[in-house]
Amino acid sequence: MEMLPGIYRWIHIMAGVMWVGLLYYFNFVQVAALKAAQADSTAAGITKHVAPRALFFFRWSALVTWLAGAALLSSNFVAAFTFQAGFQKIGIGAWLGTIMLLNVWGLIWPNQKKILGLVQATDEQKNKARRIAFLASRTNTALSIPMLFFMVAQTHIPM
Amino acid sequence: MKNPLDSLWGTVIAGLILTVILYYITKVIIGG
Repeated sequence: MEMLPGIYRWIHIMAGVMWVGLLYYFNFVQVAALKAAQADSTAAGITKHVAPRALFFFRWSALVTWLAGAALLSSNFVAAFTFQAGFQKIGIGAWLGTIMLLNVWGLIWPNQKKILGLVQATDEQKNKARRIAFLASRTNTALSIPMLFFMVAQTHIPM
Repeated sequence: MKNPLDSLWGTVIAGLILTVILYYITKVIIGG
């Protein structure tokens, strides 16, 4: 039983690396690659074979990261989310991570399903979905910067 | 005005600015 917090932290970090790693892949690599691929008509390689696989691991690693983080907080869960003394820094990180998770499951994935043709959508709906998914993904990239700072800050950056 | 999130580096800079803002807010909350 005394190993559990360490195990939760291990899972939290592994899943978090996969989640944020894929988020950075989408934003730092795939957006620009897709633009170039559309110009020479090779985008299908990415949209058909790469994006669905990347999105699968992206959305599930996001959920596992959050659940392992919640398990790690354990009885301090409420203290963190209500910014109790000693938990303000991890509280900010936890809130940012939660907003990011909601963005993944509430905005990015439902709109990506339209873009990738997994659900029926008109061209107009697809264009709108593309913009929403893009902005939600960029928002998560921006939020990941303070989120990671405050995760580290809880024990390593004095304030 | 252009949306900074349309640019990759605008996104990174927005994240860094948000980090600084939240750092000072948290510092006030903690009372440091």
